[in-house]
Amino acid sequence: MADRLFTGLIWLAVAVVTSLFLWLLGDIVVQGLPHLSWTFLTEEPVNAGRAGGIAPILVSTVLILTVALAAAVPLGLAVAVWLTEFTRQGQQTARATQLSLDVLAGVPSIVYGLFGNAFFSIFLGLGFSILAGGLTLACMILPVFIRTCEAGLSAVNDDWRKGAMALGMSRRSAIWYILLPAASPAIVAGLMLGIGRATAETAALIFTSGYVDRMPESLLDSGRALAVHIYDLSMNVTGGDPAAYASALTLIIVIVVLNTLAQILADRWFSRRISLS
Amino acid sequence: MLRRINSGSSDQKLGGLLAVAAGFSGLILLLIVVFLGKESWPLLAAGDWPALLGDSWYPLEGQFGLMPMLWASLAATVGAIVLATPLGLAGAIFEHFYAPTWLAKGFRLVMALLAGIPSVVYGLWGLTILVPLITQIQPPGTSLLAAMIVLALMILPTVALTSSATLAAVPRDLLAGAAALGMTRKGQILGVAIPAARAGIIGGVLLATARALGETMAILMVAGNVVQNPSGLFKPVRVLTANIALEMGYATGSHRAGLFASGLLLTLLVLVLAWLAARMIRRHSHG
Repeated sequence: MADRLFTGLIWLAVAVVTSLFLWLLGDIVVQGLPHLSWTFLTEEPVNAGRAGGIAPILVSTVLILTVALAAAVPLGLAVAVWLTEFTRQGQQTARATQLSLDVLAGVPSIVYGLFGNAFFSIFLGLGFSILAGGLTLACMILPVFIRTCEAGLSAVNDDWRKGAMALGMSRRSAIWYILLPAASPAIVAGLMLGIGRATAETAALIFTSGYVDRMPESLLDSGRALAVHIYDLSMNVTGGDPAAYASALTLIIVIVVLNTLAQILADRWFSRRISLS
Repeated sequence: MLRRINSGSSDQKLGGLLAVAAGFSGLILLLIVVFLGKESWPLLAAGDWPALLGDSWYPLEGQFGLMPMLWASLAATVGAIVLATPLGLAGAIFEHFYAPTWLAKGFRLVMALLAGIPSVVYGLWGLTILVPLITQIQPPGTSLLAAMIVLALMILPTVALTSSATLAAVPRDLLAGAAALGMTRKGQILGVAIPAARAGIIGGVLLATARALGETMAILMVAGNVVQNPSGLFKPVRVLTANIALEMGYATGSHRAGLFASGLLLTLLVLVLAWLAARMIRRHSHG
């Protein structure tokens, strides 16, 4: 009897969680879809976003994301390769780097916002700009990206390293032609985690890339990210809910599309290189 | 050892370059600490530390009491943990002991999707669906309770996924032994599997706690943001993170310093939790 009760409770809990999730997602689709249209995606916002579309906001979002990835991916790959291929187990500098990355991963996003405002916007004089926002996000996604790449690289079979060495390959080419392609699934996973976080982020962007919802003309212009737009519409604009829901649906679709794209691109790029070698 | 054999000069250069990159990544943490410290210095240097622990937050009059917001942060976090832990744990148990394979896969997918939904979207949903529901029970609706529920949904995947990973690592022999002794399914789970996975589960809960404390936008949107000690589930509260997001836009001088100081405090709290979580999870994986 008690056993059956327990089983019932477990199923009940799972049913509650699943239905809450379906409720949330269904609500966004049902309320977002009617307002979502081609003109919504291609027009400038009118009347603080109540009418019109989100074109400049989409452009800003993509630019912020591009800046973040352009800064975080090369740096992250370099650090991950250094940690796995150029340091020994337990080496002081490597442990210190890993510790600092773990600490960074735990810092709340609003604190990144504070830091980005004080450092990028004010100290480096970038002001409220797409560049400042993107660089702040780069700092934020760096630790997760490095950690996943590092895990992928250290999972590569040591025989491959020995084989490359036996063939007289330089370490540079061994890393470029063998180790990185072999670790590509992990690198893509890290990339996706980074994209997901960066696109969803709001708190770190309000005081770095700002609120301006005009079409950005350069990276030094302020640009409003999609997530910030949703926040603004639902909190500060009465009657902004339909547009907020449509933006939320767009944001979720953007995240899914970007993830798929990253997967496809990385598959192509890596498979071409591994067949060359 | 192996790595020493054929290091040509170009490889040494590469190693140097990568080490510089690593140094650069380490620099970020230093910069964060330095700049948080620098910006909150005007307040910290005044030496009026007890004032930060006061009850009144009137930044324009120079009163920087963080306690009501700290209590609100803790209350919302504890509430979210209390709601999310049983549900998340039940999900993990379901996945490993009850669900047929296809259903377990489906549940994992739901958790992964839930983890990927942006926090503003949770906030939006909370504000337009949850808050009106709570208003029907007792106005104003934007309340500690709303914050707890939204936060609980957000951290649920963390609890479920970490618990599930540690439950998967429980040795099969233990469970087989329990079954051979004639223990019921419930006995096996509560008496053997959960105790064996305890450290990992606690680690996951601590990790979720750290997330909840650091979360900003979703709570900001549903909690009502009145600075007061949390005195009831239906009362509006303002948490530390929301306070920063709300006031940074116009804060100057020592007000700005006060916000940076609260950021510093928040970081400290979150890091202690993350450190404890890492310790628990590591202890689990060592035995």
